Amino acid sequence: MSLEKQDVLKIAHLARLSLNDNDAEQYQHSLTSVLDLVEQMQSVDTNGVEPLSHPLEAKQRLRDDVVTEENRREAFLANAPQTEAGLFLVPKVID
Amino acid sequence: MVDQSIASLAKKLRAKEISSVELTQDYLARIKQLDGQLNSYITVTDEIALAQAEAADKLIASGSTSTLAGIPIAHKDLFCTDGILTTCASKMLHNFVPPYESTVTGRMLASGAVTLGKTNMDEFAMGSSNENSHYGAVKNPWNLDKVPGGSSGGSAAAVAAGLCVAATGTDTGGSIRQPASFCGISGLKPTYGRVSRFGMIAYASSLDQAGPMARSAEDCAHILQSIAGFDASDSTCSEVATEDYTANLEAPLEGLTIGLPKEYFGDGLNNDVATVIQDAVKEFEKLGAKVKEISLPNLNLSIPSYYVIAPSEASSNLSRFDGVRYGYRCEDPKDLMDMYKRSRGEGFGKEVQKRIMVGTYALSEGYYDAYYLKAQRIRRLIKEDFVKAFDEVDVIMGPVAPTTAFGIGAKTDDPIAMYLEDIYTLSINLAGIPAMSIPAGFAEGMPVGLQIMGNYFAEAKLLNVAHKFQQATDWHTKNPSLAEGA
Repeated sequence: MSLEKQDVLKIAHLARLSLNDNDAEQYQHSLTSVLDLVEQMQSVDTNGVEPLSHPLEAKQRLRDDVVTEENRREAFLANAPQTEAGLFLVPKVID
Repeated sequence: MVDQSIASLAKKLRAKEISSVELTQDYLARIKQLDGQLNSYITVTDEIALAQAEAADKLIASGSTSTLAGIPIAHKDLFCTDGILTTCASKMLHNFVPPYESTVTGRMLASGAVTLGKTNMDEFAMGSSNENSHYGAVKNPWNLDKVPGGSSGGSAAAVAAGLCVAATGTDTGGSIRQPASFCGISGLKPTYGRVSRFGMIAYASSLDQAGPMARSAEDCAHILQSIAGFDASDSTCSEVATEDYTANLEAPLEGLTIGLPKEYFGDGLNNDVATVIQDAVKEFEKLGAKVKEISLPNLNLSIPSYYVIAPSEASSNLSRFDGVRYGYRCEDPKDLMDMYKRSRGEGFGKEVQKRIMVGTYALSEGYYDAYYLKAQRIRRLIKEDFVKAFDEVDVIMGPVAPTTAFGIGAKTDDPIAMYLEDIYTLSINLAGIPAMSIPAGFAEGMPVGLQIMGNYFAEAKLLNVAHKFQQATDWHTKNPSLAEGA
């Protein structure tokens, strides 16, 4: 399994990571070596084996549909890089 | 005071031989004097600690029976602490002050424990050497040229050097046990779901578990007592009742059956480490245990399975860091996409970015079945190996890592070699069973940990087995000698 630089740039885009050319080349090698490492899974016969997503195979619990959280707008906004009028600010999305 | 157990300190606090304020001042002074060499803390919370100690002294005077009351401890900087900087050792969270408390730290606060500060770690808990920290590498107190292990390397180094009585850690693929082994302390990864993950910054949600790191199994038991148990805020937290983890520490080991998996003693295991482990097993035979060779045939597959499942879950969990609501935002973003990409590209370190990309790839269209589902099928095979083994034996023993602590920088050019070092710990997280590392001796001057694995929710049994060993040996009482004030 060998990744091309274009593959790396595509993965980085999906993961929303900015990469420069030098980074992309480094990750091309390091990602390829991880994929080589995990390749040995393919030699194992797992026909009829169900995927295990939770070690104890627990089911999601349900809770009563009631309000449990209080409004803590100010506390949550305090960590944001940019806020205004009680809202999170991001760069302009629509012209 | 540095050598003392939680139980003996609790007694002294009640006998008024020392106050929590004095004890806390002692530890804060030691941190100031010695941590320059180790870099085990990211944040030291002097004022908060002293205020908590004062409150603990009042609590004790009013008759509190909590063993942890007034005991100075530290938390891995991955647990959200209300009003205290919580960085996960990442530039991404260099300025993050959580508006809420994790369940683990909250329960320890309720027990009256005193928080000295937040310990260094591999960024977002991704690493086995504590070299992947935005705040710099942590040094091993036994040899400052060596790594302390990771990812809970700061907690392990701080406990070993006497810069806190005990600490919390988290373990996704060995991150409590391997640094405990490398630094010569005791560490317990509980059963998945035994301890709430609420307020732990998530790495791989189906594997992450918090646990104690301390100077003895008995100390671990006291901390587990405080933090274990159901929490409605974590949907995967178990409703299975907790036990009294200190009640059966002294139970005799006659008739205990120890399984030794042959795969844990094969190629790749350092000879000196193997000798230490074999000697430890002989000690258990002297205590009345029987030994049986067993097999965990899919052990080798734990590495590929883990390095698909953990990065996949990480890529999903770490998508929350987008530069909008908290954490790092790049300078002058030209549009929304630029802000996402540069905030994440500049805020995350290389290893974190690599694992995010591995996970993104494994989960992407057309690859999901071949990677993620395949890894989960193999995960079931690994779990079944353990289930079968525990039909025949009470506990399983083996090394924690193939070697002792390696040199700082020795493996940074070959990350795959570092991944392979996790061979003895990853399968435990995939299966979700509990396991401990306890000091069992030394190889070339560096500590060697013995790993003890137990069946689901058998934490009390593991602690009993570990405690009996520590009653018969003195490896856990050895201390590194740090030059004062260097």
